[in-house]
Amino acid sequence: MKKTFDPKFLEETARELRVEILRMIANAGSGHPGGSLSAIDLVTYLYFYRLRIDPSQPDWDGRDRFVLSKGHCAPAMYAALAKRGYFPADWLETLRDVGSRLQGHPDMRKTPGVDMTTGSLGQGFACAAGIALGGKLQNKEYRVYVMLGDGELQEGIVWETAMSAAQYQLDNLIAMVDNNRCQTDGFTAEIVNVEPLDEKWRAFGWHVQRIDGHDFRQIHEAIEAAQQRDKRPHVVIADTVKGKGVPSMENRPEWHGLPPTPQQAEAFIAELLGEVRP
Amino acid sequence: MIQAQPNREMYGKTLVELGERDSRVVVLDADVAKSTNTYRFRDRFPDRFFDVGSTEMNMVCMAAGLATTGLIPFASTFVIFASLRAAEAVRTSIAYPRLNVKIVATNAGVEICGDGVTHQGVEDLAVMRTIPNLVVLAPSDPVMTRKAVLAIAEYQGPVYMRLGRQTAPVLYDEKADFTIGKMIRVREGEDVTLIACGNMVEASLVAAEELAREGIQARVLDCHTVKPLDREEILRAAEQTRAIVTAEDHSIVGGLGAAVCEVVAESCPTIVRRVGLRDLFASSGREPGRLLAHFQMDSREIARQAREALSTALAAPGVRQAGRRS
Repeated sequence: MKKTFDPKFLEETARELRVEILRMIANAGSGHPGGSLSAIDLVTYLYFYRLRIDPSQPDWDGRDRFVLSKGHCAPAMYAALAKRGYFPADWLETLRDVGSRLQGHPDMRKTPGVDMTTGSLGQGFACAAGIALGGKLQNKEYRVYVMLGDGELQEGIVWETAMSAAQYQLDNLIAMVDNNRCQTDGFTAEIVNVEPLDEKWRAFGWHVQRIDGHDFRQIHEAIEAAQQRDKRPHVVIADTVKGKGVPSMENRPEWHGLPPTPQQAEAFIAELLGEVRP
Repeated sequence: MIQAQPNREMYGKTLVELGERDSRVVVLDADVAKSTNTYRFRDRFPDRFFDVGSTEMNMVCMAAGLATTGLIPFASTFVIFASLRAAEAVRTSIAYPRLNVKIVATNAGVEICGDGVTHQGVEDLAVMRTIPNLVVLAPSDPVMTRKAVLAIAEYQGPVYMRLGRQTAPVLYDEKADFTIGKMIRVREGEDVTLIACGNMVEASLVAAEELAREGIQARVLDCHTVKPLDREEILRAAEQTRAIVTAEDHSIVGGLGAAVCEVVAESCPTIVRRVGLRDLFASSGREPGRLLAHFQMDSREIARQAREALSTALAAPGVRQAGRRS
């Protein structure tokens, strides 16, 4: 955690978290590595620079909220929460096991630092809008950050909520689309195309920005611009690469919900750290 | 003094009462505020009322989010939409994280009449009672509706409540006790027990009068809480009377009748007859009494089933004796 924006530090932190993600999912034997790796730069930016949070008081009333609406990428969130000290790092070894505090999808009652239970696509986004509305009603200063996937945007509820958030002028709501262009069954454009995203969100009354979701300077500028309270909710469409950081996994839809074997994970980590070429 | 009125109307009035005393109460509706009567709250507290338009899933999830901020959201729409269209959101975003949301759904059952099958919510008790952490209520009259609304506002946790559309008679004195999870014994009787919820409590009382004229004494239980179910009172009925008839403006599959059967089958086998919609789609109708009679969901059917259940029980006493607890 740094008070000044330091992209080098964030890049280094994201690399460490990528290693955790691969080990965690391989160890669990199931999970969603591709989207966790595409999302982790945004998640790192939030937890290691942006969010006003206090790991020693996970339920602090004034905290910024983060809702991972694409809940299947829980490993990205868990890696960040552990590194921020919300819980011991050895919990990561228990992911998806019986009795674990780390469920396959985020559970606000089991995991400190999780602001909303998510995993059914689209619902987390609507819940986040409710949290933002509650903040406005009670004159709270906090912001609500919510991350969606591009495949998730196919859910009808997302657009119900997009309309509501604009109607209620939720300018304390900042959505990020981890637009990695892949979903379980293939490339999003070939399953059911969701583009043009900028125009869609603009038509729904949102303040829209589009960035490279792996460039910390662009992330920083966009989230900074999204702080303005101008009666519009904000969306940052972050173009990302599924499996980002591991060349053998990049842009391959099959890594959406497939765990690497422990051996594969170690090979991927070597790629990630630049020790070997794929 | 509380007058006969639709329970949904009493809901709207009680919301205003709640709004006066607790600023944490906020209300959401999905474009049916006039029908659900949440418009009463909207007119009094416009800043705490949110009409999300026809977006029921979105409404349920927004209510969940609001609850995480310490507010007490009441979310209302019709039974059919709350219990089926938004069912998964109720399960995953409200019940699973145990959020303090009150879903109050109106226009329950076949009795809504004119709108017909698309708007007749007859599966909600079945759906909602399978969801852990959720309290499921179906009050019978305006007095109990008011008490139930006040009680769930106090209760910490997720609640689903169904209310009817038609005018409900006053069955209770305003001092009568309402406790979540505790049935009300509305009428004493030792021959047969009628267990009902919602509008069928009145029908059961009428049926009990009819049976009394034939010398059959029927106990009538108002089961306003379908979950958690009052097992003790059901088992007392199974032990102390010869048969049970359940009555609900709901499918006979999975609802109150099924819940009662589960209890007696496990602990005190007893003949149970279920009055309700017999696993079919109902239809429009112009008058609730005639429509319910058409689908054999009225007091006459309850009385008929009670007679049949009694004769079955008398013909096969072994069933009951085997299950009797000494």
